[in-house]
Amino acid sequence: MATTERRPLSLEIPTATENALGQGQTWEGSLADLKGLVSERALTGETMLLNLGPHHPSTHGVLRLLLELDGEEIVTCLPDVGFLHTGIEKNIESKPYEKALTLTDRMDYLAPMSNNMVFSMAVEKLAGIDVPERAQVIRVICLEMTRLNSHLVWLGTHALDLGAMSVFLYCFRERERLLEMFEMLGGQRMMTSYIRPGGLWRDLPEQFLPALESFLSYFPSKVDDYEKLLTNNPLWRDRTEGIGVVEPELAISLGLSGPTLRASGVNYDVRKAMPYTGYENYDFDVPLGEHGDVYDRFYIRILEMRESVRIIRQAIKRLPGASGSFRTENRKFAPPPRAELGRSMEAVIHHFKLWTEGFAAPDEEVFAAIESPRGEITCYLHGTGGNKPRRVHFKTPSFIHISALARMAPGYMIADLVAIVGSIDCVLGDSDR
Amino acid sequence: MQIPAALDAVTTFEEKLPGVLQGTHVFRDELTLLVQPVDVPRALQLLRDTKGLVYNYLSDISAVDYYEPARGYGDYGDRPERFGVSYHLLSMLYNRRIRVKTYVSEDNLVLPTVTTLWEAANWLEREIFDMMGIRFEGHPNLRRVLMPEDWEGHPHRRDYPLGYETVMFSFNVDEINRHKPYAKE
Repeated sequence: MATTERRPLSLEIPTATENALGQGQTWEGSLADLKGLVSERALTGETMLLNLGPHHPSTHGVLRLLLELDGEEIVTCLPDVGFLHTGIEKNIESKPYEKALTLTDRMDYLAPMSNNMVFSMAVEKLAGIDVPERAQVIRVICLEMTRLNSHLVWLGTHALDLGAMSVFLYCFRERERLLEMFEMLGGQRMMTSYIRPGGLWRDLPEQFLPALESFLSYFPSKVDDYEKLLTNNPLWRDRTEGIGVVEPELAISLGLSGPTLRASGVNYDVRKAMPYTGYENYDFDVPLGEHGDVYDRFYIRILEMRESVRIIRQAIKRLPGASGSFRTENRKFAPPPRAELGRSMEAVIHHFKLWTEGFAAPDEEVFAAIESPRGEITCYLHGTGGNKPRRVHFKTPSFIHISALARMAPGYMIADLVAIVGSIDCVLGDSDR
Repeated sequence: MQIPAALDAVTTFEEKLPGVLQGTHVFRDELTLLVQPVDVPRALQLLRDTKGLVYNYLSDISAVDYYEPARGYGDYGDRPERFGVSYHLLSMLYNRRIRVKTYVSEDNLVLPTVTTLWEAANWLEREIFDMMGIRFEGHPNLRRVLMPEDWEGHPHRRDYPLGYETVMFSFNVDEINRHKPYAKE
């Protein structure tokens, strides 16, 4: 119905007596809470406080950054995490070791096999399980495929953040083939739970190796394509060179790891320093950076993709000669094959005990560390003497790297922050657990 | 550059800080040094700054609660106190790891901070404060990190219940529905 009545020009907000917060409370926070965290200039209003995230596309998940800005320059950066905290460590305490494994996939959802691996390694160490050689070789293949998978997502999103849209599409095209292979292995594309304490869930399916071979013959030329698009692209270099520089001493003090640490020139890769699951048998290089800036972190990951291809090729060659089965023959820790259940009473007992109760591990603490695509992921596992752990703690690279943003971001422009956040390759599921 | 020969951590402790080391424990080739809570910073500093040890990288700080419902409070088996905090250090030069462990009493839940030695300790200590309720004296910004700021309790303690929903069956559906927080008209 048309009306001649004059409508108010501005939206009038009624003076609410009670809102969602309750009587007398407002949505406005108090600056006093931030005393000591931001500079005095922010409290007087000279610099601006800006809330970036948690739902901002370039923060790669639900990362919130509270920024203090002087013009466009960052004075303080306060990272805030916990929006994706799902209590995985607490849940693991109530589950037998074998069943707890499926929860670890959900931490770093871009590198589930790495999480499987570090948890399995800790359980194997605690319980004293030996892993056959064949299982170890397949694990190496899986871990390096996971590295490719994670680096592809990182490269795509990082380039997308800085305005290079097409790289994202190419990276996800290649990642799709990796995910198809993960589906062959574990039945799921992302949450594979394929690496288990004592070995693997099952042996390689027949169609897997041909698919992997064809991927390996196709993939290196695609890495060349990404390099053509980015490596010497003047726009890309302008945005990334000299940005987010971390000196090697600071990098060690901050606890950085993985490509983020190696970009600063610190030669530390868990695969080389303390080889696990047979990495000492493979010939590969660890790329090192010089400047510790965003560009070095980018280029190191590109080189790592090529090294991963090299490692997978060597692992495929080792596979026929590798002794043993895909999981340990120790029936106290791994269930017997289905065929044995029909003819062996002992197999039935082992099967029943393992699937109802699980195995027991001593009341001791162990520590395992591996090189995940993002850096050093460690698992601290404390047994109870029974079938469930007392405490599991994962030190995840994303958690440490996000905490380091507070030291990396100040002094750069807000547009550079997007590049820095992309370059540390954080996954919030990994950080919050 | 001449790299000095690697030293044994236990003998170094006896030479440089006599009386600090309360004991050692080895399990699966992992060396654990036991120290008192007040000695943690100087023990870690000795491990970091002595030639021949150079445990220069802080890999992890983890806390564990030894409370068990069957035994109750005050009885923690062969552990002296309720909480254990483990510092995992790594020597990049000598490629080895070490664990420094300390037991924290329930009545005095305070540890000195090691953020003065490694900046990485900042969030790791905040996480322990958040999850276990152990305070770190001298920490620059000891707030919760993963849980919401107004959360009550410390979820990783063993006496903190794991919340869950009761599974509905025909025999208990009415009872459960009565207590569900459904929207009121």
